[in-house]
Amino acid sequence: MNAAALRERSFARSPCGGVAMAINGEPVVMRSSGALWLAGQRMLVVADLHFEKGSAYAARGQLLPPYDTAETLTRLEAEIAALAPATVVLLGDSFHDGRAEDRLFGDDAARIAALSSGRQLVWVVGNHDADGPRDLPGDLADEIAIGGLILRHEPLPGPRPGEAAGHLHPCARLVGRGRAVRRRCFATDGERVILPAFGAYAGGLNIRDEAFAGLFTRHPLAVALGRDQAHPLAWAMLGGD
Amino acid sequence: MDAAAPPALLPDRFEAWFAGRGWAPRAHQLEMVAAARAGQHALLIAPTGGGKTLAGFLPSLIELSERPPPNTPRGIHTLYISPLKALAVDVERNLMTPIAQMGLNIVAESRTGDTGEARKQRQRIKPPDILLTTPEQLALFCAWEGARRYFEDLRCVIIDEVHAIWPSKRGDLLALDLARLQVFAPMMRRVGLSATVDDPDVIRRWLSPSPPPSLRAEGESIDPGDGVRLVRGPPGPLPQVEVLISEGRVPWAGHTAQHAMADVYEVIKRHRTSLIFVNTRFQAEFAFQELWKLNDDSLPIALHHGSLAAEQRRKVEAAMARGDLRAVVCTSTLDLGIDWGDVDLVIQLAAPKGASRMVQRIGRANHRLDEPSKAIFVPANRFEVLECQAAREAIAENAFDAEIPRTGALDVLAQHVMGCAISEPFELLSLYDEVRAAGPYRDLAWEDFEAVVEFVSTGGYALRTYDRFRRIVQGQDGLWRVRNPQVAQRHRMNVGAILSPAVLNIRMAGRRGQPGRKIGEVEEGYLEMLEPGDTFIFAGGVWRLQGVTATDALVTSASGDDPKMPSWGGSKFAISTFLAAKVRRMMSEPEGWTSLPTDVREWLEAQRDRSRIPASDQMLLETFRRGKRCFLVVYPFEGRLAHTTLAMLLTKRLDRLRVGPLGFVVNDYAMAIWSLKPMDDLDFDSLFDEDMLGDDLEAWLDESFMMKRAFKGCALISGLIERRMPGSEKSGRQVTFSTDLIYDVLRRHQPDHLLLKCARLDAASGMIDVARVGQMLARIKGAILHAPLEHLSPFAVPILLEIGKERVGGDAAEMMLADAADDLIAEALS
Repeated sequence: MNAAALRERSFARSPCGGVAMAINGEPVVMRSSGALWLAGQRMLVVADLHFEKGSAYAARGQLLPPYDTAETLTRLEAEIAALAPATVVLLGDSFHDGRAEDRLFGDDAARIAALSSGRQLVWVVGNHDADGPRDLPGDLADEIAIGGLILRHEPLPGPRPGEAAGHLHPCARLVGRGRAVRRRCFATDGERVILPAFGAYAGGLNIRDEAFAGLFTRHPLAVALGRDQAHPLAWAMLGGD
Repeated sequence: MDAAAPPALLPDRFEAWFAGRGWAPRAHQLEMVAAARAGQHALLIAPTGGGKTLAGFLPSLIELSERPPPNTPRGIHTLYISPLKALAVDVERNLMTPIAQMGLNIVAESRTGDTGEARKQRQRIKPPDILLTTPEQLALFCAWEGARRYFEDLRCVIIDEVHAIWPSKRGDLLALDLARLQVFAPMMRRVGLSATVDDPDVIRRWLSPSPPPSLRAEGESIDPGDGVRLVRGPPGPLPQVEVLISEGRVPWAGHTAQHAMADVYEVIKRHRTSLIFVNTRFQAEFAFQELWKLNDDSLPIALHHGSLAAEQRRKVEAAMARGDLRAVVCTSTLDLGIDWGDVDLVIQLAAPKGASRMVQRIGRANHRLDEPSKAIFVPANRFEVLECQAAREAIAENAFDAEIPRTGALDVLAQHVMGCAISEPFELLSLYDEVRAAGPYRDLAWEDFEAVVEFVSTGGYALRTYDRFRRIVQGQDGLWRVRNPQVAQRHRMNVGAILSPAVLNIRMAGRRGQPGRKIGEVEEGYLEMLEPGDTFIFAGGVWRLQGVTATDALVTSASGDDPKMPSWGGSKFAISTFLAAKVRRMMSEPEGWTSLPTDVREWLEAQRDRSRIPASDQMLLETFRRGKRCFLVVYPFEGRLAHTTLAMLLTKRLDRLRVGPLGFVVNDYAMAIWSLKPMDDLDFDSLFDEDMLGDDLEAWLDESFMMKRAFKGCALISGLIERRMPGSEKSGRQVTFSTDLIYDVLRRHQPDHLLLKCARLDAASGMIDVARVGQMLARIKGAILHAPLEHLSPFAVPILLEIGKERVGGDAAEMMLADAADDLIAEALS
């Protein structure tokens, strides 16, 4: 990627450790948490929470720690406390499977319900949770058009200016200094953006994977999630798995 | 040779067989027979070539030959356990000779992971008299419903190379399985065959089935090892060891010994067959490459290390067995193994690191007992010259590294408990007693045992959400059993305590980039430092990395190119405490320097003149300025792991003292930290105080990638994560990612979880060597010799040469991301 191309989709480190950029002309911040922040609309977007993935494995005999839903909620609550959004959008695959809602434990269900208090909560449906929640509050949507953006779970093939989607769980692998670092990331070419998975146990797919081919008009920028900072990484620096 | 045996001991047929081959039975062989006649457990300590295997089997062969014909089919009489598949198969072959020559009606068969299904089935239905197998196969047997009946006739278990198995998780698993076998077959005798070790009693205690103190009768022996008879073979002649000195050319730093390759080649030419041991795979590839550059005579020189495809390794082993090779460059993959009679020289390239391992490696040369084995050490740098000399002296004095008693790992116990539940319902208390009859678990607390059982059942989470997903359940009868056959099947697919690291196939890239012929397998980490387009050496060739897919690394041939040679990872073994103490002593005694090569002696003299030479109980600490940087260099000689840990903790302290450390570098002998502020006036005694190993250590460890790696191992062994599932196998790479996520979540929500405790123990012992740092801090208390210098010292040169070649420590991952982003931002704003 040359400097001119970079300037064209200019980005900046935002004070909160995120990366500010315009997607299809709409200003957004890619947060180090993996959330997308639309300041103009006070809208917080997170993708692929996969609530109760741990218990889904446990039911099949692999007793993964049952804390993933609580952990994911803690991260989400921290973002809500920091930003006070008017709207929270869960961009699909919020539950790991169709029966996950029944397996919610302790106060997790109450915490999810509380996400909607004092603000709008929208469940965009995904392939793992096509029917949306049964007993939990919030609105259901297939997609949301807002400003220059359209929010949906699964990216549609071909160029889609303004699309913000999840589903693919992008991650970036950086190699050097005798080791490799693999982190969840946003993938964006300034036209559209794919969000990283927000769920504690959600796995990742390398953004050099074929699944990402054809989604972007040119090599995307990877915005990798660091501990307190999101790091924009050029395509050329990224390795395959 | 020994005098003739008392007639009662050997049956005539055996006497005649020995006589017919022109042999007399050796004293230790007869003592093993006597131990068996007395019904005693036994540990035989003997060097290689001492007829050790025959001594182990002789009592069983005699017993079997004296048995009356059976009325009903009988079970296995003797079980032989070897750490290596190949060894089990080889011993099977060797055992056939006496059985056939004496015309004994004894069936001996091997069973390994490679044994065909049909034969395995037959062995279950019709057990052989002697079964030769591995610890993993035994664990599988023990997790089988028919285990109790299958082993009820068992009279003897022989554990070969027990010195190599016991101090490991494999050893823990084996000890637990032995305890189980002992319950099935109370008459079973345990026999250990071991190379020479410093303290046989540690292995006797491991091997002994003695019950825990609370269950012992009044007046029973206090030391559980007493229950095992110690039998010693003849010591054999001391090995002849030389240190190869390349006068005037010993390098300051480095690990490759490139300077000495021509000398090594000449030595190979003068011998029949040489085994060339190195400490890492990179060194193996490098040495192989260098030797072939010099190989004008086209000597058959081969390469053997753990990253090569199994098929290729077997080819090398077969060629070796036929006597077709003149030399093999190898790593610890050949530390154990079948006997090759023709090896007449062992070359140790780079530092030996430990006296015991060295003696065993040297034992690979010349398996005839009465002739000394011959070895040459080739030091790769000046400190290594001292280490090689120390190892040579240790061997001449017949001194060995100390053994440290082992406490059994709880993740292994979890795997065993699941296996027990599968084989038959168990009662909690009697399983507790059974487990404590295994050496490494003798002191297991009831609370820990309960926690393990709870972990196996529900995962052991404070949030009791998984009660309905229990994997083992307690019935109305009070017994615990496995919940369903699927759980049992998946357990069997994942038995074992050897963790194969995530591997990638190395394949030729096809014309259109598709995967082609397989060249070998490498651990993932092996390629991590390379990027597409880089060249590297592997399997004796130079390759260009084209790309990496999910399972393959695609390469093209790049012969003739200069390979990129990563320089880190000098040795995966730390120098042993024993050798390190010897090196420190040699250094501190100038009267002994005359025996050293000139350039090393001059280097020591220069150190004495320009800095200080510490006494053997002191640690030298130098401070000096170089350019803009201020350096602090210490020489603890405790190995790179311990030094890295020390450096991590010291940098935290220096941070708090507002010194602002900028970086550090370590090698096996020393550690250097630098900053912009001078460090001459610090209070070094308090800087190196033992309280360093408190909260700082915990905090750092929890964040470190070593913990994640250790956790992954524990998660796999304990059965939290299953690598293999019916119909699919998770690749190690997938596993890496998910266990990291699980680790992060578990650490935040239940930091006292059993597996986190296991992982902390593993990381502290294996990966960061906390015990060693602790011993060192205690040793240097009040014994820090500070030398404030104007310039860097001769000793400091090697460690400073490592700067820039080494992996950086600390929070490298975050730094890498930030730097990569800075590059991009700088480019964007230019």
